[in-house]
Amino acid sequence: MALEARNLYFRYGRKQPWIFRDCSLTLEKGECVAVSAPSGYGKTTLALLLAGYLKPDKGKILADGRPLPMKGVCPVQLICQHPEKAINPRWKLKHVLEESGNITQEALGIFGIEQAWLDRFPRELSGGELQRFCVARALLSGADYVICDEISTMLDVITQAQIWQAVLEEARKRSMGILAVTHNQHLARRIAARIIDLTDISADVST
Amino acid sequence: MEQKEGTLLEIHDLSVSFKMYDHGLNQTRLQVISDLHLTVRPGEIVAVAGSSGSGKSLLASAILGILPGNAEVKGHMHYKGQELTPKRQQQLRGKEMALVPQSVAFLDPLMKVGSQADGHKRPRPKDRRKQLFRRFGLPDNTERLYPFQLSGGMARRVLVSAALITDAQLIIADEPTPGMSLDQALEALKMFRQLADEGKAVILITHDIDLAFEFADRVAVFYAGTTVETAPASDFRDGPQALRHPYSKALWKALPQNGFQPIPGFQPYAGSLPKGCLFAPRCPYRTEECIEKTPPVREIRGGEVRCCHGS
Repeated sequence: MALEARNLYFRYGRKQPWIFRDCSLTLEKGECVAVSAPSGYGKTTLALLLAGYLKPDKGKILADGRPLPMKGVCPVQLICQHPEKAINPRWKLKHVLEESGNITQEALGIFGIEQAWLDRFPRELSGGELQRFCVARALLSGADYVICDEISTMLDVITQAQIWQAVLEEARKRSMGILAVTHNQHLARRIAARIIDLTDISADVST
Repeated sequence: MEQKEGTLLEIHDLSVSFKMYDHGLNQTRLQVISDLHLTVRPGEIVAVAGSSGSGKSLLASAILGILPGNAEVKGHMHYKGQELTPKRQQQLRGKEMALVPQSVAFLDPLMKVGSQADGHKRPRPKDRRKQLFRRFGLPDNTERLYPFQLSGGMARRVLVSAALITDAQLIIADEPTPGMSLDQALEALKMFRQLADEGKAVILITHDIDLAFEFADRVAVFYAGTTVETAPASDFRDGPQALRHPYSKALWKALPQNGFQPIPGFQPYAGSLPKGCLFAPRCPYRTEECIEKTPPVREIRGGEVRCCHGS
């Protein structure tokens, strides 16, 4: 049981340089892996590919041996860096959370979401508070794998620790696979058992 | 307010509030910054740390005079000994005071980044820009690209270059480093350090507080719209026993390399702030006194702290 990228090739256009050339990686269920690389090496591109937002030019993304489904809830969920861009600004947050099923008191407690926030619009909450909704939405959807693309860089360190503890606790309980993209070496070492350096596997874009 | 010797920017009792409509024609005022003090001397980097939504970016906008129209600013700001009036702010910003904006969305999407970084300077500071881009490791063709063709970290480096090109005396960097790798972030901070050593000043608003502790001279910790502690950066390097305010200690302990232990709870909202100390609802040392009245700013061991129990 694993999320696999097999021999990925990807570039943003025919005249653009390759970002990935024959790149493979595996994320086992129940493990937390960190991905690090300098900016511009394709960390976010990898996250988008693995979660099915982009299609590889060649190669396969397989979740538990099957390609990502085109319909229904995707077993691979992505949490983005900017929560304000990932939430419909015209929906109340209750609505946002209901996308991934019924809201339970227990779930709100785990992610540190206050009841009163549910009746607000996204612009009425801070980035850290919105990010809790994005995390809750991704984890409560029943996904097996969650890709976290720099989910805590814009947050203060206390909120960062609160959010990561919620993610790790929930992942451990349901034995999910977590792929964390981060620049912060200290954070990577703290949360992940294994760190993948993209400079080793992506095509060299600097040339 | 008397101006202390040798300060570049001095802020006293600054309050910022927003006028808003809540229901129909009822206007309410939302206080987002209250009684804030900050001084910046030439030759230093002052790091501003604190929780998300504590008014750090609003402070930057208030100094530059670019708050939205419904904002109301009270208090005193002095730049080089003179009151910062809206007219003066307009003259100074972009020349004497430069901003590194927080969001990469500040880049004009329809303009190539090279000419954006040059700004309004004529003749164009081409050589300086090329030199900065190279120092930040941006490939030579970057100047001909549009913002959507850049990665997050590259766009950040363009924003920092644009501010450094201005030769400003005061640089306000609002989260310049997220998205950059450690090497690039260090390079950016080294450049800020170099500017400060030349006698300029930098206000560094950041969440990467571990990096800020290494490069800054002093650190101001914000919570719910005010400064709770201003201390020499060396105290933050030494650890929680050298710090004065319980919130600063909590920040230190929540760093991934120092335990990763968060304190529970949230920062109170502007509009429903507690009566006494703003941190009291989350504070492990809270007493009756803290809940009843706002603690004054006290000087302890070469730092300023706003707490009854700070020691």
